Amino acid sequence: MNTLALLNVFLFAVLVATALAITRIRALYAAAMLASLFSLVLASLFVMLDAVDVAFTEAAVGAGVSTVLFLSVLALTRSREAVTPRRKRWPAGLVVLLTGGTLLFASQDLPPFGAPDTPVQQHPVTDVYLVDSTEQIGIPNTVTAVLASYRGYDTLGELVVIFTAGVAVLLLLTRLPHPQDPAGAPESAAPARYPDRASVVLADYRVLRVVSKLLMPFILLFACYVLFHGEYGPGGGFQAGMILAAGVILFGLVFGLDVARRVLPRPVLLVLIAAGVLLYAGVGVADLLLGGAFLDYDVLRPGSPQAGQQLGILLVETGVGITVAAVMTAVFFSFAGRGVSR
Amino acid sequence: MIETHYPYWLVFVLMMIGLYTVISHGNLVKKLIGLSLFQAAVFILYISLGKVIGGTAPVLEEGVDSYSHPLPHVLILTAIVVGVATTALGLALAVRIFDAYGTLEEDQMLVRAGDGDDGPEDPAGPDRGPDGDGEPGVAP
Repeated sequence: MNTLALLNVFLFAVLVATALAITRIRALYAAAMLASLFSLVLASLFVMLDAVDVAFTEAAVGAGVSTVLFLSVLALTRSREAVTPRRKRWPAGLVVLLTGGTLLFASQDLPPFGAPDTPVQQHPVTDVYLVDSTEQIGIPNTVTAVLASYRGYDTLGELVVIFTAGVAVLLLLTRLPHPQDPAGAPESAAPARYPDRASVVLADYRVLRVVSKLLMPFILLFACYVLFHGEYGPGGGFQAGMILAAGVILFGLVFGLDVARRVLPRPVLLVLIAAGVLLYAGVGVADLLLGGAFLDYDVLRPGSPQAGQQLGILLVETGVGITVAAVMTAVFFSFAGRGVSR
Repeated sequence: MIETHYPYWLVFVLMMIGLYTVISHGNLVKKLIGLSLFQAAVFILYISLGKVIGGTAPVLEEGVDSYSHPLPHVLILTAIVVGVATTALGLALAVRIFDAYGTLEEDQMLVRAGDGDDGPEDPAGPDRGPDGDGEPGVAP
């Protein structure tokens, strides 16, 4: 076995152990932290498998934002799970064994791992992405080229899914003023369950305050770098949006939700959520008006298709970044805001 | 066989752990964590199909002629972000369910939905311990 295989097996072993621990542990806070660890190791595995862009995203999402979401939900609900009764374990185990056995049997038909002559690598589209893209688009990072240009429709669809999920979360968690409430201010009317707790802000700890203040500009700058450098190295709109949101969430966690909301008020967030999708689709419409096909960036710069492609990719990635960052921030605000108003 | 297929088998192990968590556990948050484990396993399967041994990350560079396939990376990159957005939706539903039934356990939920004449709005609010970490909610 070579070094790659050894490293892969080692990382897989850590992942399996973490997953088993997540299944067994009944303290859900610990399970959420283990899931965060799982994501971090998973990101390392993605680097081993040459998927640097994916690793980047997984590290930002799994180890950062989704952990905060899980923890803030646990703060709103119960943090201990009931014992799983034995009568539920056996059928589940049986189903899992059967499914796993079937998958194992079917895996014989999968091509050998890492071989250069698999159907994936032999498909004609591979050469388009890895060879022709130099001439058609002219940016080194083929992942960005495929994401924003060759498969631009697909990415627009994904962005709309994120948009829809964000809107749905906001609808589910926002408390509308109840008609029976006299002043229409339910948040302040509700009796504070933990009066002393609400006033404790992490910013009272000097180390946290100073360190997070120092880190904030660098996090935001790094997000911009990731966004605008996505054509040349790993990065792009999705990663930049997640990093931006992580920066705002850090700010909100340390300085309190009210301060963070003053920086990014709800109406602004709502506008930004829609603005990103509109920018993406707007680029497509502009292409149509200029005489090209929807999301065909060649026509953006008449006479120079390459420059047009690069401009289009940059605009589209910016749109993705705006919507992703705004959705994640708004989702965090709604989960955390529910905790405050309780 | 082992040398050429071990990543797939390990992926299946992870996938089955996730599936087991989703099926057997009654706690909604645990189910969502299990679902994201399953999801992660699918991600690894896709990425490992695009890997070329001896290749490098698909960022074009002079003097390199073997790259892993960029398409699985694109699909999974977007899927990760979509995954966290949909997980957030699931968590929001879990919060609303907790508000209505005062529990995240399926069994207790079914019992309380069965009594259901006092409606979902429990006047005492969701019963939880003093620090949100109350008694280990044991099924009745």
